[in-house]
Amino acid sequence: MSDHNEQHHIVPIRVYIAVFLTLIAMTWVTAYVSTVDLGRLNIFVALSIAIFKASLVILFFMHVKYGTKLTKMIVLAGLYWLLLLLFIAMADLWTRGWMGVPGR
Amino acid sequence: MITAPAPVKETKNYLNAQTGLKSWLLTGDHKRIAVMYLIVVTAFFALGGVFASLIRLELATPAGDLMESNQYNKVFTMHGVLMVFFFLIPSIPATLGNFLIPLMIGAKDLAFPKINLLSWYIYMLGGVFTLYVLLTGGVDTGWTFYTPFSTSYSNGYVVAAGLGIFINGFSAILTGLNFIVTIHRMRAPGLTWFRLPLFVWAHYATSAIMILGTPVVAVTLFLLVLERGLHIGFFDPAYGGDPVLFQHLFWFYSHPAVYIMILPSMGVISEVISTFSSKKPFGYTFIAFSSVAIAVFGFLVWGHHLFVAGQSIYAGLVFSILSYVVAIPSAIKVFNWAATMYKGRVRLETPMLYALGFIGLFTVGGLTGIFLSSLGMDVHLTDTYFVVAHFHYVMVGGALLGYLAGLHFWWPKIFGRMYSQVWSKVSAALVFVGFNLTFFPQFLLGYMGMPRRYHVYPPEFQVFNVLSSAGASVLALGLILPAIYLTWSLKHGAIASANPWGATGLEWQTSSPPISENFEVTPVVTTEAYDYSTVPQEVVHVG
Repeated sequence: MSDHNEQHHIVPIRVYIAVFLTLIAMTWVTAYVSTVDLGRLNIFVALSIAIFKASLVILFFMHVKYGTKLTKMIVLAGLYWLLLLLFIAMADLWTRGWMGVPGR
Repeated sequence: MITAPAPVKETKNYLNAQTGLKSWLLTGDHKRIAVMYLIVVTAFFALGGVFASLIRLELATPAGDLMESNQYNKVFTMHGVLMVFFFLIPSIPATLGNFLIPLMIGAKDLAFPKINLLSWYIYMLGGVFTLYVLLTGGVDTGWTFYTPFSTSYSNGYVVAAGLGIFINGFSAILTGLNFIVTIHRMRAPGLTWFRLPLFVWAHYATSAIMILGTPVVAVTLFLLVLERGLHIGFFDPAYGGDPVLFQHLFWFYSHPAVYIMILPSMGVISEVISTFSSKKPFGYTFIAFSSVAIAVFGFLVWGHHLFVAGQSIYAGLVFSILSYVVAIPSAIKVFNWAATMYKGRVRLETPMLYALGFIGLFTVGGLTGIFLSSLGMDVHLTDTYFVVAHFHYVMVGGALLGYLAGLHFWWPKIFGRMYSQVWSKVSAALVFVGFNLTFFPQFLLGYMGMPRRYHVYPPEFQVFNVLSSAGASVLALGLILPAIYLTWSLKHGAIASANPWGATGLEWQTSSPPISENFEVTPVVTTEAYDYSTVPQEVVHVG
């Protein structure tokens, strides 16, 4: 319960600049990839880049990389809940066709 | 936990420590922010109540003689939006939770006082949007904003209403965040997790739902606004979307939102039942963990709103089973409250009357939920008045009665004054009778096949509708009475002692009303929660 048992990590400014430049570069990559037709991989590549960028923001700009275990656990719980939403909603979509519609 | 009744001191308290409107509007004191929430939440409740009255007035006769169908659509939409988003969700957490959580854990304030104040302003901004919608013509989609009606066909102010709720959601997120951090970090020395009052456990679970669920409804309404305004396809098949996706996203939040409403009420009931039975709650750990279980399982049942919406039958089966499962932790609480009263020294003071009403009405609401989570039964009952009756038994019979129980229980602590015991008991009786007369006939109407959201109906349904409208009048009277005698008590009520009910808990150890810093010195907790052996027996309020 004590407020004094954790150290405030000071992040060097060059780390912030490196992350910022990476985010800009990945934005450029996203824009470029959108002009290339990769077929079924289009959405996969776009989402992968987006997840990578979001991870950088969460880890460095939001300081989760330097946070306590409790902070990390709460972030993971949020992500887990997001997966729960996506997985169960998609499970409906995947199984809709399993049983035919009478008369169709 | 308590060693002696605290002396009533003629000192400055949080109400008179500073004066002037500015001292309220810029305050960081959780108690003052709670009072500010109490005022605006009550105003929105009254406004929602006006729309409820219009609905019941229209339905007193089978013909649509009071309003046109599109006006009726707007009236029930505004009733739902105001009651759900602007009253029920913030009611207990933002008022009683805000006021009590720091007091109950022996802290001076919430972890982030400025964020707490910000949440109030965000709530007000969301409210302004909604009032704008109300004054400029209303919205007719129902509080559920189902697509494709809301995106493609509605003539109402869908975008403004959606933005109002979107903004309002951040208020709940900030409140939940504040509670979680406060409960983790600011507990008094010796106050371990299993010494926490059950009210705090309930708010911890509620806060988790607020943080995990509210962003989803915010994003969903934002997507709706994008589709309606910019024709970006998410839900409309014409743009490549899926209308059932809207229902998935909407109910992923909005079903757990029912638990945002009911869990804090359950926390209140645990405190009230224990105090007025002078007994430690039976199965403290079970009640505490059942709150967490409700929060977790509550997130896995949303598909029972989609049984007839084109959802896969396999998904429906899973959601049906999971919906049965969530009844278990709710039932644990009800049985444990009953067991707490068994052989207790039960005192039928006003908060206890409301708590007993809660147990009965919530049980009816919960058990009729089992009907609706059965796949076959739900096909017959979907979109009928049975559903309306079911969720009003949970939201009004449960959440509202819990709120009233809590308000009457902690009113002496919040304002330092007692209210009329006679009038408050009359009010509790009127609310119970009026509520049942309003909503029980709606179960029968629904089972007979009367659909919800229609203002014209066949004459054979009139008897039950008249009963329901008559009940609404009694209920309204029962709710107007507290507004009168509680306001009256602010100036004329008897001065309340620090612990008028003979309750345990740190909030009863400080003066009524508390000082700005809550406690003269930080309390040290050395005993388990609800240790009534430490409460002097003569400290029992009468009259």
